[in-house]
Amino acid sequence: MQVEQMESEVAIPRRQPIRWHIAVFLAPAVLVYTAIMILPLGGTLFLSFYKEVQGTEIFVGFDNFRTLFGNERWAADFWNALKNNVIFFIIHMLVQNPIGVALAALLSIPKLRFAGFYRTAIFLPTLLSFVIVGFIWKLILSPIWGVTPYLLSLVDLKFLFAPWLGKPGSALIAVSLISVWQYVGIPMMLIYAALLNIPDEVLEAAECDGITGWSQFWKIKLPLILPSIGIISILTFVGNFNAFDLVYTVQGALAGPDGSTDILGTLLYRTFFGFQLQLGDRTMGATIATVMFLIILAGVSLYLFGIQRRMRRYQF
Amino acid sequence: MNRLIKSSLLAATVLSGLASVVHAEDATLTIESWRNDDLAIWKDKIIPAFEAKHPGIKINFTPMAPTEYNAALNAKLASGTAGDLISCRPFDASLELYNKGFLTDLTSLDGMGNFSPVAKSAWQTDDAKATFCVPMASVIHGFIYNKDAFDKLGLKAPKTQDEFYKVLDAIKKDGTYIPMAMGTKDLWEAATMGYQNIGPNYWHGEDGRKALIAGKEKLTDAQWVAPFKEIAKWKPYLGDGFEAQSYPDSQNLFTLGRAAIYPAGSWEISGFNTQAQFKMGAFRPPVAKDGDACYISDHTDIGMGMNAKTKHPEAAKAFLAWVASPEFASIYANALPGFFSLNSTAVEMKDPLAQEFVSWRKDCKSTIRSTYQILSRGTPNLENETWTESANVINGTDTPEKAAEKLQKGLDGWYKPAK
Repeated sequence: MQVEQMESEVAIPRRQPIRWHIAVFLAPAVLVYTAIMILPLGGTLFLSFYKEVQGTEIFVGFDNFRTLFGNERWAADFWNALKNNVIFFIIHMLVQNPIGVALAALLSIPKLRFAGFYRTAIFLPTLLSFVIVGFIWKLILSPIWGVTPYLLSLVDLKFLFAPWLGKPGSALIAVSLISVWQYVGIPMMLIYAALLNIPDEVLEAAECDGITGWSQFWKIKLPLILPSIGIISILTFVGNFNAFDLVYTVQGALAGPDGSTDILGTLLYRTFFGFQLQLGDRTMGATIATVMFLIILAGVSLYLFGIQRRMRRYQF
Repeated sequence: MNRLIKSSLLAATVLSGLASVVHAEDATLTIESWRNDDLAIWKDKIIPAFEAKHPGIKINFTPMAPTEYNAALNAKLASGTAGDLISCRPFDASLELYNKGFLTDLTSLDGMGNFSPVAKSAWQTDDAKATFCVPMASVIHGFIYNKDAFDKLGLKAPKTQDEFYKVLDAIKKDGTYIPMAMGTKDLWEAATMGYQNIGPNYWHGEDGRKALIAGKEKLTDAQWVAPFKEIAKWKPYLGDGFEAQSYPDSQNLFTLGRAAIYPAGSWEISGFNTQAQFKMGAFRPPVAKDGDACYISDHTDIGMGMNAKTKHPEAAKAFLAWVASPEFASIYANALPGFFSLNSTAVEMKDPLAQEFVSWRKDCKSTIRSTYQILSRGTPNLENETWTESANVINGTDTPEKAAEKLQKGLDGWYKPAK
C-alpha cells in the first residue's frame, strides 16, 4: 500500500518498482560479513586508540602508535618483525611463484605421463595442517633424529648440513622454504588452470607462424597468464603478512633464535595474548593488528591501482 | 508419575535446603586447574582422602589444557562461572586476579603458618601483607645423571665447578656419551635449566634476587654475568646441532642413554622414571670451592586459592586448610615425585631421585627464579628476554657481558625500583 502511494506521489516519469529482491538476496551475505568481518575489524581499530589503566579502558588517541614507533624497544621489535616479514615475502615471490609457474608449464605439456599423479602429489602438502607440516619438517631437519644428515652423507655432502632451524642466519630462510614447500601447489593450480584456458586456436596460429617451444611460452603463454600471476602475487602478499601459524609451530612464540624468525603475526600474538610471564596487552596488540592491516591495505591498493588496472587483458 | 517426580524433587530441595542450614559444610566444590596430567591422581588419591574426612563436602576436579588455562580462567571469573577453588599460577598472573577481586585474601587461613615466607612470596601482594593462595608445590633445579654411564667411566658426581668440568671432559674424551643433553632451540631450556639452575650460587639466592628487585644490584654486576659465562662454557659439551635441538629431543637423548648429564628440573622425575632403562642420580649445581655455601632454585610453581564469589566459602576454606596440612603434602608429593611440598613439615618420599633433590633443602638455601617476581611485569618482559639471551650466549651470538647489558637495558626501560 505504502509503496503504491509513494510511487504515485514521486514517480512522475514512471520508475521501475523498487527492486527489493536485490536487498533481500544481498542481506545474508552483508549481515554475515558485517558480523564476522567488519565489526571485529572496526573493534580492533577502535581498541588501538585505547589503553587499559587499572581495569578501565581510556581513550588515548595515537599514544599506542607513538609507543610502537617511538619507544626504542617496541620500535626495534616492530622493525625487526617487519624486516623478517619482507624477507619472508621476497623468498616466496622468488622461489614459490616461479616454481609454481614452471610446474604448471610442465604439467600442461600434453604428452606428459602421470600428470594427474604429479598434480596431486605437489598439491597435497597444501591440504595438510600447518601443525603436521611444522612437525614433519622439524623432524626431517633435526640434527639428532632427522633424515637430512643421513641423506646428505649418502652423497658425501654431510659437511653441508647445519642445524638450520637453530641458527640466526639460516632459520628464517629455512622456515620460508618450508612454507614454500607447503604452498607451492596453489600458484601451480591457478597457473595450470590459466594455461588450460588458452584456446588451442591461439597456440595453433602461433605454431603456424613458427613460434614453438620456449619462445611460445615466453611470447604467447606468459602474457596470457600474467593476470593470474598478479592474483597469485597479491594472494602471497596478503598470506605472508598475515602468516603466523608455521613460525609458531616450528620456532615457538618467541620466534627464535634471537628473534630471527619473528614476523608480524608472532609479534602480534605475543603482545595480544601474552606469553609465559608476559601478560597480554590487548590495546597494544590491537595497535599492531591495525598497523598490519594498514600495511596489507597499502600493498593491495598499490597492486590494484598501480598494476591491475594497467594490465592488458586479451579476449578470445 | 509426574507428580511423584515433582514432589520428590520438592522434598529433595527442601531437605537439602534444611541440610545446608544444619550442616553449613554440605557442598560440592569445583577445582579449576591446568594440571590435566594429574586428573587420575586427584580422582583416585587426593579427593577420596579429603572426602573421607569431610563427609559433607564433595570435590570436583576439572582441569584444562595448560596453554588455555590463563585465558579461560580469566573469562570464567569475569562471567562468574568459575569454580570455587582456583589453581594459582605463581606471581603476577594470580596477583592480577587478586587485585581484580576474584581471589579471597587467605592470610588468616588455618595452616598458613606451615609455609615459609619464600614459599608464600609467589602468592602475596608486593608488600607481603596479604596471601591469596595456599602454596602447593615447588620444583627444584639440579642435574640428573646416568649412573650406569658414570660407573662405567669411573666418575663421581661433581661437587665443585672444577670437578664438574673434569667430569664433562672425561665423558667427552671417552666419546660414548654426549656429555650434556641440552638444546637452545626452544630457548627456555637454556634459561631455565641453564641460567636459573646454576645462577643462585653466584648471586647468592634470595639476597641477590631481592637486591635486584630493590635496585641495589644490576644484571650487569659480576655475580649476575657469571652464570652466563658458565653456560657459555657448556657449548663444547652439548650434542651435535644443539642449536636445533628441542626440549623433547634433550629428554629423549638422555632417557635413551645417549647423553650422560641432563640439566634438569625435578618435574622430569616421574617421566624419566618410566622412560629410562638405567639407574639415575642427581647432583646439585656445583659451587666454586668445596664447602662454599650453596643455593638452589626451589621454585614455587603451583598454589590454590578461593574464588571470591564462591557459594560455599566455609567448605572451600576447609578444603584449603586441608591442602595446607602435612597430610595433603605427603599424598601430593608421593603421587607426583618431583613436585615438592612447600610445607615446612618434612614429607617422607619414596622415590630415591626425588629424595635426593629434596635433601638439598637441608644443606642449601632455597630461592626462586630471579625473573619471576615483579621484574617480568613490563615490556620488554625480562623472563622472555632471558630465554633469548641465554640461548644467544650458548650459541655464541652474544657475549655474556653483552647479554647482561641487553637485559639490564630492557629492564631499565620500564622498571624503576623504589629507592
